[in-house]
Amino acid sequence: MNPAKMDMRHMNVTRLIIVAVGGQGNLLASRVLGEAALLADIPVRMSEIHGMAQRGGVVESAIVFGNARSTIISDGEADILLGFEPSETLRAMNKCNPNTVVITNLSPLPPFTVAIGKGQYPDLHLVQSIIRRKTKKLIAINAVELAKEAGNVLAVNMVLLGALIQTGILPVTIDNVKEAIKTRIKAAFVKINLKAFDLGFQSAQKN
Amino acid sequence: MHKLLTQEPGKKLLLLGNEAIARGAVEAGVALATTYPGTPSSEISANFFNIAKESPLYFEYSINEKVALEVAAAAANACVRSMCVMKHVGLNVAADALMTLAYVGVKAGLVILTADDPFMFSSQNEQDNRYYAKLSGLPMLEPSSVAEAKEMVAYAFELSEKLAEPVLFRTTTRINHSNEIVTLGDIITPVTTGDFPKDPFNYVTVPAVSRNLHKKLLKNLAAAAKTSEASQYNFIEGNNGPWGIVANGVSYNYARDAIRDLKIEDRVRLLRIGFSHPMPSRLVTDFLKGCEKVLIIEEGEPYMEENIKAIAQEAGLTIPIKGKAEDLFSRLFEFDPGMVRKNIARYFDISYTPVTPIDLSDIPDIAQRPPNLCAGCSHRATYYAVKKAAEGKATIYPTDIGCYTLGLLPPLSMADFLICMGSSVGTSCGFSKTTNKKVISFIGDSTFFHSGIPPLINAVFNNHNFTLVILDNGTTAMTGHQPNPGVDMDQLKCSGYGRVSIESIVRAIGVCHVEMIRPFRIKKSIEAVRKAIDFEGVSVIIAQEVCPLYAKGLKMAMGKPFYVSDKCKNHRDCINELACPAFFIENEKVKIDPDTCVGCTLCAQICPEHAILPLKEKSKIR
Ligand code: SF4
Repeated sequence: MNPAKMDMRHMNVTRLIIVAVGGQGNLLASRVLGEAALLADIPVRMSEIHGMAQRGGVVESAIVFGNARSTIISDGEADILLGFEPSETLRAMNKCNPNTVVITNLSPLPPFTVAIGKGQYPDLHLVQSIIRRKTKKLIAINAVELAKEAGNVLAVNMVLLGALIQTGILPVTIDNVKEAIKTRIKAAFVKINLKAFDLGFQSAQKN
Repeated sequence: MHKLLTQEPGKKLLLLGNEAIARGAVEAGVALATTYPGTPSSEISANFFNIAKESPLYFEYSINEKVALEVAAAAANACVRSMCVMKHVGLNVAADALMTLAYVGVKAGLVILTADDPFMFSSQNEQDNRYYAKLSGLPMLEPSSVAEAKEMVAYAFELSEKLAEPVLFRTTTRINHSNEIVTLGDIITPVTTGDFPKDPFNYVTVPAVSRNLHKKLLKNLAAAAKTSEASQYNFIEGNNGPWGIVANGVSYNYARDAIRDLKIEDRVRLLRIGFSHPMPSRLVTDFLKGCEKVLIIEEGEPYMEENIKAIAQEAGLTIPIKGKAEDLFSRLFEFDPGMVRKNIARYFDISYTPVTPIDLSDIPDIAQRPPNLCAGCSHRATYYAVKKAAEGKATIYPTDIGCYTLGLLPPLSMADFLICMGSSVGTSCGFSKTTNKKVISFIGDSTFFHSGIPPLINAVFNNHNFTLVILDNGTTAMTGHQPNPGVDMDQLKCSGYGRVSIESIVRAIGVCHVEMIRPFRIKKSIEAVRKAIDFEGVSVIIAQEVCPLYAKGLKMAMGKPFYVSDKCKNHRDCINELACPAFFIENEKVKIDPDTCVGCTLCAQICPEHAILPLKEKSKIR
């Protein structure tokens, strides 16, 4: 790589927010991205709020690539928003601006408040049309189906990671990420996870 | 080998702040570490717990923060490098030990880590523990990044030895729970045994001794002030003026980014304070002298601001110095990069257009997703039993700190008052004395050991009248399933531990009415609770059932999932009374997610139609 280009990758700051429901594996996804940045020699800082992850609450991670010191992202300042659950993607719209690219999983996990009649789950078409209208681009995929196709529903995080990398907005390459998957994930699951990653990547291409 | 024991100086690892802190201590040759778990500090000790299994480190989960500090204080005075880790409110518990330990000092390095939690992501308050440094007269260090935290912990041990005082190390959640690339250093082999030669007239703090020790503390404090002046952790960036910014901790990162984004590098000098007590007055004076106007950026209380204004007054400087103000920074919650950028621009009058946020006004209301007790959590069953048994009675439910605090939320609504660890029991004494309501309080096993025992003794001695429910699920679930004295350590494949029975303690205290229940036997449990609440005086119910998340982690046998059969008449008692996260509604019918259900049988027992049945094959629904 030529040094000038490398410098740009360091100088430019790319801000990514990931939102998910506890148990969806988004912390692993952010670790993989962090590891990929380490491999690519890109400065990376991430923060996460996971106190209640195992109690079904919302888990949010912020990942800042490039030459910044902050580990969190202010409202309106995300370059990309990746949502593991459609209503959570919509809830995180405060992080977006008109130039944000949004990627969302389309399979809903309604919160139990819906079951006890304490709230409404938003209509999926509405979710998509709102996000599409207000941001630069929406990539919406059914990550659960693709994960099943790859061989394990738990690979939703890798499907979404694939879609995320396809956008080309992050300063890490496909190879960096695949390498990171191999180091962060147990050998027995690597194949399925890589397949899930590829399926997500392809599906974002078609989107 | 544990990754934090890696012997490869120069190797780069992506580490969580709490991992970096543990690694820093390992590199400094820490030989003894103690803690009581508390978010956001918990992963530091979780790592110590595992590191201790394969290295000379001695680590213990102490019963509470005060005991943890006492254990570490003794070790450090026996010449063994020690560390004591806690969340910010833990230091309140340890404060009694801290204040006089400052008089006594240490021989080997002692680092006391306090993890503050601005915004209260997982805490009951957002107190600013920098004031503990001022109150105790002890030095305080505050890192701004994960990588710096590792270096600073190692430095803290040296500083502690140099000053012969414990060092307070303050983090905030965004340090503990951020990840960054960290470069490993050398590991010093820990020295695990030392000696404590008798010297009672310097160590037994009777008034005559303490009068001398206080003089010694002030001398040490003066030495600390000198060290702070020259510390590499207090530094000035940018030689230009005329604007000055002072920042600490993560605020420093936001300030650095803002200065770059606003392109004002040539107009600003930035003073970063990392050695924050004592403040480096001379350095601050010199800094102020080069500025026309100064902005102080610190989360929490105006600790630096008060100090700096006092320093300016001494130096006869009258430049504007601002930090906390209506139109600038708040004492509330955490800061973020955008807020800091905006306030810097406003204060120094720099033109700046923030990004246009998107219009959120037409986004529909989205059902909230509060955290919830897990599927199969025994606390749900105990709450249900108490609710049924107390039906028709006017009640007050003082509660305590743990997963069970989530019982606050509807539909359980089983929490009325909470201030701190152990307060369920102490406040029950006051409520039962001063109201005519039936007081039933809840406390978990770990919290009972931490600070529930003295108030229970108080209740028996002073003859109070309430029912205490001890929710014993065999682990400290909330903070990540750490052991406590009631835990069977064999389950964790750990040997060499004792075990303390809660029932024996309660009986030994002299509680006359004790009921043992298995909450998933719901009818019997309701009966037992009824008897306990009818008892005049102090009664205790001990609800024993293992936390299913813990059991799952240990690969213990779990129940088989249940399903809702077509006997269901859709009155939805199950969902509406239990709100178990395994339930969902599909086509207006109640369903159970077989992947979430752990077969606790609670809903099957309360369904009036007996419609909830064990699932034979998983394919039946879905
Ligand atoms: S972790 Fe254990 S105690 Fe906590 S809510 Fe889940 S099941 Fe209950």
